[in-house]
Amino acid sequence: MIAMDESDISFFKDGLRLDGRRADQLRPIKIEVGVLARADGSCYIEMGGNKVIAAVYGPREVHPRHLQEATRAIVRYRYNMASFSVEDRKRPGPDRRSQELSKVSREALEPVILTNFFPRSVIDVFIEVLQADAGTRTAGINAAAVALADAGIPMKSMISSCAAGKVADTIVLDPMKEEDNFGQADLPIAMTPSGDITLLQMDGDLTRDEFKRAVEMAMHGAKDIYELQRAALVKKYSQMAEQPAREEVLVRD
Amino acid sequence: MDRKVVVPGDLLSEEAKRSGEGTYVKNGSVYSLLYGLANFRDKINVIPLAGKYMPAPGDNVIGVVKDITFSNWIVDINSPYDGLLHISEFPVRIESEEMSKYLRVGSSIMTRIADVDPTMKVELTLNDKKLGPIKTGQVIEISHTRVPRLIGKGGSMISMLKKEANCNIFVGQNGRIWIHGSAEDMDLALRTITLIEKEAHTNGLTDRIVDFLKKEKGARS
Repeated sequence: MIAMDESDISFFKDGLRLDGRRADQLRPIKIEVGVLARADGSCYIEMGGNKVIAAVYGPREVHPRHLQEATRAIVRYRYNMASFSVEDRKRPGPDRRSQELSKVSREALEPVILTNFFPRSVIDVFIEVLQADAGTRTAGINAAAVALADAGIPMKSMISSCAAGKVADTIVLDPMKEEDNFGQADLPIAMTPSGDITLLQMDGDLTRDEFKRAVEMAMHGAKDIYELQRAALVKKYSQMAEQPAREEVLVRD
Repeated sequence: MDRKVVVPGDLLSEEAKRSGEGTYVKNGSVYSLLYGLANFRDKINVIPLAGKYMPAPGDNVIGVVKDITFSNWIVDINSPYDGLLHISEFPVRIESEEMSKYLRVGSSIMTRIADVDPTMKVELTLNDKKLGPIKTGQVIEISHTRVPRLIGKGGSMISMLKKEANCNIFVGQNGRIWIHGSAEDMDLALRTITLIEKEAHTNGLTDRIVDFLKKEKGARS
């Protein structure tokens, strides 16, 4: 990559961002439910340039046994980036960054999952990042929440996640790669639709006032994402309900 | 009947007393715990579209023996938890050394859940005439969430199917179903059950299944 100085990039052109978005606009989002046949629940999500797939297995028996909890299910969350997900080949396997993301993402989802329904079991969540473009942890959490619902796991609510950032002294929603790499701050959050925050991280510097505005903006974004998650789940059901239209094919196999 | 697709966290009612299965109460309001279909009657129940079978006392299930210990058969019941069938639950008295003579690893049994304790230790029993090892017929597996539809209101669907397909059928709550009859009849029953599973969430299913069976039987004769 060409060495660039923060000062010689302009993030805004005629009041719009490099990809033509307004400061408080999300990137286009596409959510598909039940994309994997073998998993108990699954979801594929595209958030701008991010392409992430989530698979949920369980509740099932815990291996290795010593991780088992007598009174509740444990949740395991594995965030993994494919080696081809970024421009420079990502060295495969868990590293410091993906371990941290796995931990915070798990803790973002655990509060809504009714783990005490399933003693001595495990709920496994696997996140594979196929293509990364800043904000993969939020995309992963969004996909995981939908996949958990798809797996029929009882939850108090859904979880939606979105980031806000600061570039050229302006607060922006859902930063893309350029804004994330050369911006001044990045602030991902995850929350329930009712506004309880389960994840809040901050990278960079924000004043008290900027922080407040960034959280508010990210919460707005997360609410919009919640509506899309909901719509994707409802759509999956209506597609299932449409199947009788193909009865003839089904009978004469 | 009023039905609606819901996702976890959806507000279902503001009357706490209407909380049924698959729901929870917070601040006097009822919310959904699951992604599924909400049934609005006196109580609001949410029926999941997916999920694992959770053993409950009194459920009839079909299990497969996966291990034998000193005095128990360990039985896979298509659930995150294994079932335990104690030697004393077997209809005849047998010695510990002879356990594998009666039920080997891999044997299928029709059994009933006697008890489930808070740590999810599942105890099974064979104490009923219709329970016991499976020797003939075939076992198929559907999602356990579709079993109530296969049984129908007060057993209407399953008794109709037994009669029309001329088969003996044992439905396990864990989604495993045993069918016994002539090869042709079993094939018909199997295809009907697959159809029921596929269309479990549609209205007027029983009538459509009756039509399907009539058409199939008409084609045969």
